[in-house]
Amino acid sequence: MEIAVTVNGQLRRADVEPRTLLVYLLRETFGLTGTHVGCDTTHCGACTVLLDEVPVKSCTVLAVQADGSSVMTVEGLETDGRLHPLQSAFSDHHGLQCGYCTPGMLMAAWALLRETPHPQPAEIRRALSGNLCRCTGYQNIVEAVADAAQRMAQEVG
Amino acid sequence: MALELSEPRPLGKPIRRKEDARLIRGQGRYLDDIVLPGMLHLALVRSPYAHARIRRIDVQRAAALPGVHLVLTGQDLAAAGLAWMPTLAGDRQMVLAVDKVLFQYQEVAAVVAESRALAEDAAALVEVDYEPLPAVVDPYRALEPGSPILREDRDPPSNRIFHWEAGDRAATEAALARSAVVVRETVRMPRVHPAPLEPCGCIADYQRATGRLTWYVTSQAPHAHRTVLAMVAGIPEHKIRVVSPDVGGGFGNKVPVFPGYVAAIVAAMRLNRPVKWVETRTENLTSTNFARDYHMTVEIGADADGKVTALKVSTIADHGAFDAAADPTRFPAGLFSIVTGSYDFPVAFAEVDGVYTNKAPGGVAYRCSFRVTEASFLIERAMQSLALRLGMDPVALRLKNFIPPEKFPYHSPLGWTYDSGNYRATLERAMERIGYAALRQEQAERRARGELMGIGVSTFTEIVGAGPSHTFDILGIKMFDSCELRVHPTGKVLARLGTRHQGQGHETTFAQVIAEELGLTADDVLVEEGDTDTAPYGLGTYASRSTPTAGAAAAVAARRVRDKARRIAAHLLEVAEDDVEWDGTRFHPAGTPARGVTMAEVALAAYTNPPPGMEPGLEGTVYYDPPNLTFPNGAYLCVVDIDKGTSQVHVRRFVAVDDCGTVINPMVVEGQIHGGLTEGFAIAFLQEIAFDEQGNCLAPNFMEYLVPTAVETPQWETDRTVTPSPHHPIGAKGVGESPNVGSPAAFVNAVIDALAPLGVTHLDIPLYPWKIWEVLHERGVAE
Repeated sequence: MEIAVTVNGQLRRADVEPRTLLVYLLRETFGLTGTHVGCDTTHCGACTVLLDEVPVKSCTVLAVQADGSSVMTVEGLETDGRLHPLQSAFSDHHGLQCGYCTPGMLMAAWALLRETPHPQPAEIRRALSGNLCRCTGYQNIVEAVADAAQRMAQEVG
Repeated sequence: MALELSEPRPLGKPIRRKEDARLIRGQGRYLDDIVLPGMLHLALVRSPYAHARIRRIDVQRAAALPGVHLVLTGQDLAAAGLAWMPTLAGDRQMVLAVDKVLFQYQEVAAVVAESRALAEDAAALVEVDYEPLPAVVDPYRALEPGSPILREDRDPPSNRIFHWEAGDRAATEAALARSAVVVRETVRMPRVHPAPLEPCGCIADYQRATGRLTWYVTSQAPHAHRTVLAMVAGIPEHKIRVVSPDVGGGFGNKVPVFPGYVAAIVAAMRLNRPVKWVETRTENLTSTNFARDYHMTVEIGADADGKVTALKVSTIADHGAFDAAADPTRFPAGLFSIVTGSYDFPVAFAEVDGVYTNKAPGGVAYRCSFRVTEASFLIERAMQSLALRLGMDPVALRLKNFIPPEKFPYHSPLGWTYDSGNYRATLERAMERIGYAALRQEQAERRARGELMGIGVSTFTEIVGAGPSHTFDILGIKMFDSCELRVHPTGKVLARLGTRHQGQGHETTFAQVIAEELGLTADDVLVEEGDTDTAPYGLGTYASRSTPTAGAAAAVAARRVRDKARRIAAHLLEVAEDDVEWDGTRFHPAGTPARGVTMAEVALAAYTNPPPGMEPGLEGTVYYDPPNLTFPNGAYLCVVDIDKGTSQVHVRRFVAVDDCGTVINPMVVEGQIHGGLTEGFAIAFLQEIAFDEQGNCLAPNFMEYLVPTAVETPQWETDRTVTPSPHHPIGAKGVGESPNVGSPAAFVNAVIDALAPLGVTHLDIPLYPWKIWEVLHERGVAE
């Protein structure tokens, strides 16, 4: 099936099998390997991307469902060579170790901060509860997201 | 907050991780990100039965599917002598089953096709006719007379894999008989799975014309894998290149060699095309290596004042269908003999019987230095039981029995020489941090009101850094590790090590070690691991061994380079070598600090203006054979509140004071501790790979295998004491596993402490709410 998807601001077309999952469209057809597969069953969140600005687990979305929509992946966070405040904060606070969950975490956190610019730690934990991390114990991730929220508020302010 | 990589004198500072720059941009390169021209995909056919004879395998329909290139069965492999492969534990394991299957999800056939989806489609078309056999699931039953013999290939036929023991049985039993108090407890550490977020996988790229195999693989131990491969497949070792790219977590899961790997290599050699195999999460949880499954009975003796007298431990170790642990050769039960822990036992005895059952193979060290988690959990639980029996505060019992600082190096009754520790100081720091006395007072008040509040203690000692060559090898290869340093003419450094990080931050921390020794910044040092064509031979990253072995090699290699640099500096400064001083960043003539030369200036001279008669260049390679293991330790205190209405355990506080010797990067160390505590929490409360009576795996995905999310995970409070290792070049001990080893007992002891007024002395983990619910209802205190 022919589909057209705006990925990180760029319109892209592909011919996909109806059963192709969005994550494989991104990874294999478009070469955007920053989005990872960790569980195949919608539990781990490594494959989280934004579909029309809503976080989805792209291992459980068919590529054809994204037809006509816009998708943002971790590769779309950096603008004009400048890291997104979330990316900087994750590094500043040691919010990643092996890095496998990181792209999904960043996208889920992006969606949280769009809805809730000043989240409490408990709200951050709840917003990230669909994203598993086996390395960090989450604490530094929560700190990174809180710090990124402050930085973004300062940038806007 | 991280400090920048340009920070001078970086050792001991929270330097920003070099790895982050690519990983936060989604530019990591993990195994499944690699695509080679002409690459095919492999899927495995797996057994639905835990124990069955294979009557017939029909591959015709699968092979006929357009796009399918190859279907392999055990018979095909047997013809090539590859139906079995050796395990790192000295057992052997079926690659693809030939006559019978021994666990549910066992690999039975492999299908290679144009795409992964097509390979899965074709795998579903392979028809296997099974004759189910009775499954042996309970490891105790496996040892009973009349139990079905699972491994007919073994001589003599028995479900007992090994019997191992350490210590003095007779003296221990005599001491227990004389003891005023003896507490006996059976403690089970159930089967769990490391479950790194990235599953295991490989790409085998074989070039028939040259006979060269490049094997990309999610590996914690690339060199060991190369050697095993040379032994299994008969490929000359110099024609094998193992590349372990970015690894998405390991925790012991990525140490062994798996059937899927061998199948992919065989397929690539047959087809002369690259073949990729990446497991699904279900395949990961059901077949590529569990951990624990230790069933332990402990007897701990003490005199009436609480001074411990003896420790006796008997364990049944369920290894599943094949012993696929990755323990050092002489240690079939790993380093379980650390079971006397931090306490000065006059005498002890431990024995372990390894057993075959109809479960997936393994026994890997899940964030643990080979069965150390089991040992630590057991002794810390036993100390809790003893304190309860004696009516002593568990902290007081520990303070009474700690190995005192003046006894180090300490010779344990089970044969280890502990390098260093100051257990009392570490525990006192933790008590101060948490406000122990006030908490006990609060607990008394709450108990008086009928509330369930508990305080758990765990004061563990770990044993890591395997290991000295006189004792440690895997398949005969000594467990040294290595570092090769090259200082370029402009003073920048390339360092290659035999380890392979999976999130631990070696690219940064080893750069810090080297930079500190050479007067450079971490930014000046590029650390590379994971490519056997370029890295010096090493045994890899697991068992918290990287810092004790390769980290030591890095420091010693840098010192060798600095020794040569000093001679060059003497030439440049026109003084005698003995008159050259090193101030940490520059060489200068003694007493004339203004007239110095930097390492970069010396490096340039090494290539452009070496002293007459000196070999040019500035390099150093070290294979470091550690003189002893290191013994990290810690004191963990945990406070829980139990809700009598919901049976939920709420971890109110957790204070972890670790002593891992010299700290290279406190930010990274803290991150390791957070992660390990979270895995310890998971083991205490959530994670178990359970089986039903037919041997069906009951936790084959993340719906059933409960990995903690950010919501359940407690807030961690960390602190440290620093007692350097006397034998490590920079005094470091390793830390990645301590929190996972030490924390499960702290959680469980806290829950037992909360329930102790109800007469509860023990509960088996994981402590699911239903277990608490049962207790509260039985005791009539549920609300």
